[in-house]
Amino acid sequence: MTTLPPAPARKLGLVIDLDTCVGCHACVISCKGWNTENYGAPLSDMDAYGAQPEGTFLNRVHSFEVTRDAAPPMVVHFPKSCLHCDDAPCVTVCPTGASYKRVEDGIVLVNETDCIGCGLCAWACPYGAREMDAAEKVMKKCTLCVDRIYNENLAPQDREPACVRTCPSGARHFGDLGDPDSAVSQLVTTRGGFDLMPEQGTGPVNKYLPPRGRDTLQMPDLVSLCAPEPRAQPSGPAPSGLLGWLDRALEKL
Amino acid sequence: MHPAPSLILFTVLSGMGFGLLVWLGVGLRTPTGLAAFILFGLGYGLAGAGLIAAAFHLGHPERALKAFSQWRSSWLSREAVLAAATLAVMAPHAAASVFWDRPLVLFAWAGAALALATIFATAMIYAQIRAVPRWHHWSTPPVFVLAGLAGGALLAAQLTLALWLMLALGGAMVVHWRLGDQRFAAAKSDAGTATGLGRFGRVRLLEPPHSGQNYLLREMVHVVGRKHAHKLRVIALVLGALLPAGALILPAGYTMVFVALIAHIMGILAQRWLFFAEAEHVVGLYYGKR
Repeated sequence: MTTLPPAPARKLGLVIDLDTCVGCHACVISCKGWNTENYGAPLSDMDAYGAQPEGTFLNRVHSFEVTRDAAPPMVVHFPKSCLHCDDAPCVTVCPTGASYKRVEDGIVLVNETDCIGCGLCAWACPYGAREMDAAEKVMKKCTLCVDRIYNENLAPQDREPACVRTCPSGARHFGDLGDPDSAVSQLVTTRGGFDLMPEQGTGPVNKYLPPRGRDTLQMPDLVSLCAPEPRAQPSGPAPSGLLGWLDRALEKL
Repeated sequence: MHPAPSLILFTVLSGMGFGLLVWLGVGLRTPTGLAAFILFGLGYGLAGAGLIAAAFHLGHPERALKAFSQWRSSWLSREAVLAAATLAVMAPHAAASVFWDRPLVLFAWAGAALALATIFATAMIYAQIRAVPRWHHWSTPPVFVLAGLAGGALLAAQLTLALWLMLALGGAMVVHWRLGDQRFAAAKSDAGTATGLGRFGRVRLLEPPHSGQNYLLREMVHVVGRKHAHKLRVIALVLGALLPAGALILPAGYTMVFVALIAHIMGILAQRWLFFAEAEHVVGLYYGKR
């Protein structure tokens, strides 16, 4: 059914750290690799070796520049994939029931044998998380690697989404965001994680962590750097002659 | 949004077809025999042609029957169910009118109500999409419903009715354009909220995720068509509503009705093209485009 389930027991999702993401696109490639070789229709490429190559991706990395008033501009690499929203508009618009949100963990999936390829779910998503595959003509989207996270044929450390497993800078975290005590929920609380486009009312499960403030270098200025150790002022008669003139001249500075 | 010809033809043709079935149902015109055959044929033909055109938009039309299942949540599914129900419920009335010269009032009224609901459901497919602020507004359904009813009245040769509906349609189009222009700003989505980085400063796309095209850009970030939006609005208003209304005021026969019909169809095609081409999807914010 394309009606949304009542509050799912768990809310599996990603927490993406915009502070540590280096924009290497490794998550994009590992996602494409895993999801082409495993569950569902492969993610096709069109005109791959031609003049205008393009393809289906479930995860893409944008790079933004933030211009600030009182600080230097900042470059932020910004990976974006399905946010597995609580109130997913892509699910309710589906006419066939192909799109659904799982009751047990809140993952939003597409049943590809029911998809008629009308594209309405991609229109309904404000985030651009769904792409119609040009070869298979069915809607593709992030599955949160549902075929990895419960896969007992994989080593325990591999039972997380491919993008999380591959991220070299530890910018992607996977866990249950419905549990306030989980590591990912704690991360969101301590780092001030936020939603994308909250005004669209989708209630995204995935959260983003803001870039941290940059350190400022605590370096003493040149004058105080040259300050001599304080010591007792020499007493006695004022010098005369050249020394006397030098003394008076430096005094005036 | 990408103005797909299949969707433009679907909404215009089936809108007119269902509009005609509304007027044939409520009995403002109760044709019998050959006249009934032609008018019901036109209604069913246009509605059916529109639905076939819509099927061309699907990646897997062979699974189209599945689209009847999710009417509880999906306006697209509701539209499919209502369209099929209209054609089924109206059929006994149509057959009785054509072959036995006896309109079946109960079927006729039920069919008319369903036909009207079908046009409304078509509009709601677009009006429900919050990510396209221009569409997500009360001013969208009146344009679709009035266009269907006005075109249908013209086809049913209900000239006085058609005249008033044409004027109402013109008004609805202008309201939809004018209020629609303010919708994107009212949705309060910008690059800052899209990335959540607006709290730090002004956000600008530095590098897109890829150098080429993709499905999202082709489908939802159609920038080209807006260049001539103003001219197309005037064309849609004049051809779609004002010129037909003017032709209907003149005390002329079926030639003028035919002229009005052709102008109306051209105008509504322009309006519908613009409806898609002019609509901005918030996903464009991630690509530095609108």
